[in-house]
Amino acid sequence: MRLSMPSKMPGLPVLVLVLLLVPIILNDEFYLDIATQMALIAATVVGLNLLVGYAGQVSLGHAAFFAMGAYGSAILTGTYGWTPVPALLCAALLVATLAWLVGRPILRLKGHYLSMATLGLGIIIAIVINNEGWLTGGPDGIPVQPLSLMGFELSIFDEYHLFGLVISGTHAWYALAGVLLVLAVWIAQNLIDSPIGRALRAVHGSEVAARTVGVDTSHYKLLIFVISAVYASVMGSFFAHYTGFITPQLATFEHSIELITMVVLGGMGSTYGVIIGAVLLLLLPQLLTDFHEYEMMMFGLILMLTMIFMPKGLLPTLSALVKRHWPAGVRSSGPEG
Amino acid sequence: MNAVLSQNASAEPDAGNVRRAGADLAVLSLSKAFGGVHAVEDLSFHIRAGTIHSVIGPNGAGKTTLFNLITGLYQPDQGEVLLNGQSVQGMPPERLARLGMSRTFQNLQICMNMSAVENVMLGRHLHLKRNFLAALLRWPSLRRSERACREQARELLCFVGCEAYLEAEASAMPYGALKRLEIARALATEPGILLLDEPAAGLNSAETAALERLIQRVADQGVTVVLVEHDMKLVMAVSDQVLVLDYGRKLAEGTPQEVRHNPDVIAAYLGG
Repeated sequence: MRLSMPSKMPGLPVLVLVLLLVPIILNDEFYLDIATQMALIAATVVGLNLLVGYAGQVSLGHAAFFAMGAYGSAILTGTYGWTPVPALLCAALLVATLAWLVGRPILRLKGHYLSMATLGLGIIIAIVINNEGWLTGGPDGIPVQPLSLMGFELSIFDEYHLFGLVISGTHAWYALAGVLLVLAVWIAQNLIDSPIGRALRAVHGSEVAARTVGVDTSHYKLLIFVISAVYASVMGSFFAHYTGFITPQLATFEHSIELITMVVLGGMGSTYGVIIGAVLLLLLPQLLTDFHEYEMMMFGLILMLTMIFMPKGLLPTLSALVKRHWPAGVRSSGPEG
Repeated sequence: MNAVLSQNASAEPDAGNVRRAGADLAVLSLSKAFGGVHAVEDLSFHIRAGTIHSVIGPNGAGKTTLFNLITGLYQPDQGEVLLNGQSVQGMPPERLARLGMSRTFQNLQICMNMSAVENVMLGRHLHLKRNFLAALLRWPSLRRSERACREQARELLCFVGCEAYLEAEASAMPYGALKRLEIARALATEPGILLLDEPAAGLNSAETAALERLIQRVADQGVTVVLVEHDMKLVMAVSDQVLVLDYGRKLAEGTPQEVRHNPDVIAAYLGG
């Protein structure tokens, strides 16, 4: 008797392989810097995809959660002298509480009210960060301490000696970001393959059916909203420690739209697809120097074109194409299949 | 075949052979109006535990509305629904599921984004460990319970006659098989009472005959079955009691024999 495998696990070794190959092929501080930022943003998007792709809800304020994590870490370590790890956890707890308070009344309603609520919340948080200069440094931004754990400091300007190898700070940070991304994907996949994930997918498939077998749908939507907000907060904290300086730019509505565009482009509900979406969108400004001026226009265009020509997103569309042209019969399916 | 769920009982004790006793359902002067139309009006009846009770009536008689009122999808304007003596009207479906109520739908409610087995596994939702941390970290106990659940789902698919679709995606299954898949999912919840909304609609005569045997076997396990159905041959063959609705009101109630010879029923059906 054949038991079907958990569907998406083979992707994880591929992801690890790609992450290992990047520093070998692109052994350059500049590229590694971009790759590190990509990995942190991709991990954020993996979390956002849980909400968009599995709970069918859209958050237009995820950049604000990201920024709250970043500023939480910056302020607690800088102004109040905390060590980075408790600061990160405290910021994540704060974000989780905020998401829970906002999501609890909203997610009882049917429809896309969460988008409206998070849009408003995101704008408020951006305004607070901009205006409360005494705490956040205002529009000028705020410097962030390097990441450290038990006296060991991880900074891009240092060099580290490990087993006789000399590793630059950039390399070390890239390794950390890669581990974080793999961890983010692993946890997301675990959740999707669990009874909780099944319940969430059922909400997408038929909410009525899910409810009649006992799934408390609003409870699970709330749970996944809080998880995705925590993903953003934690990655925001790491991002702040990595870049060493953060500005209110992180919390903007544009940044939230960018995150959603990554999910839609890569493929809602496809964990590896949204990583590709994040990589592509972060490559664009590197390839097009004038990109920044037309940023919002480009995101709008990408969203529109994706929705019209491949509503399932990049990776699911491509893999469907591959399956159609090479129907190798490896897939197990029913007699009609 | 009675032991369909018991074979894996050792793997997970609480999900195994301990079937709920059939549930007893009473409806007391239930009313529901949409605008000015009384879809269900002052309706009372009682369904004894472990019996097969059919609800028939011409189109628009309020049968599906009645189901939606009982299963919590609609709120009644007036009246009471008692499940095992407990007042449950107005409860959302997810709470009713905990009390042992399960149903299928006239227009299928299958999760087309999942496989057949996953659809049935969804039905096991309330019987599974749903510890959040265990799910995040892929705890071994969770993996074990998922394996046992998958095995139970496969057995249920075989029980309803879907053994050909153990590996199929729901979206690749034909209509008749989806109807049985929905019954398997409903049974996976281990219901005390199962409400079937037109299970034979769209089935050919061979499929209907198989459905008749299936309903009988479900009832033999002690589950109370409520059936909304237009196929009179099926209704007359399986029902212990038949309730006839017309314009949201009770027209007649009794054994299939009594109902068949009731002049009001004959008039309503022949348009007299």
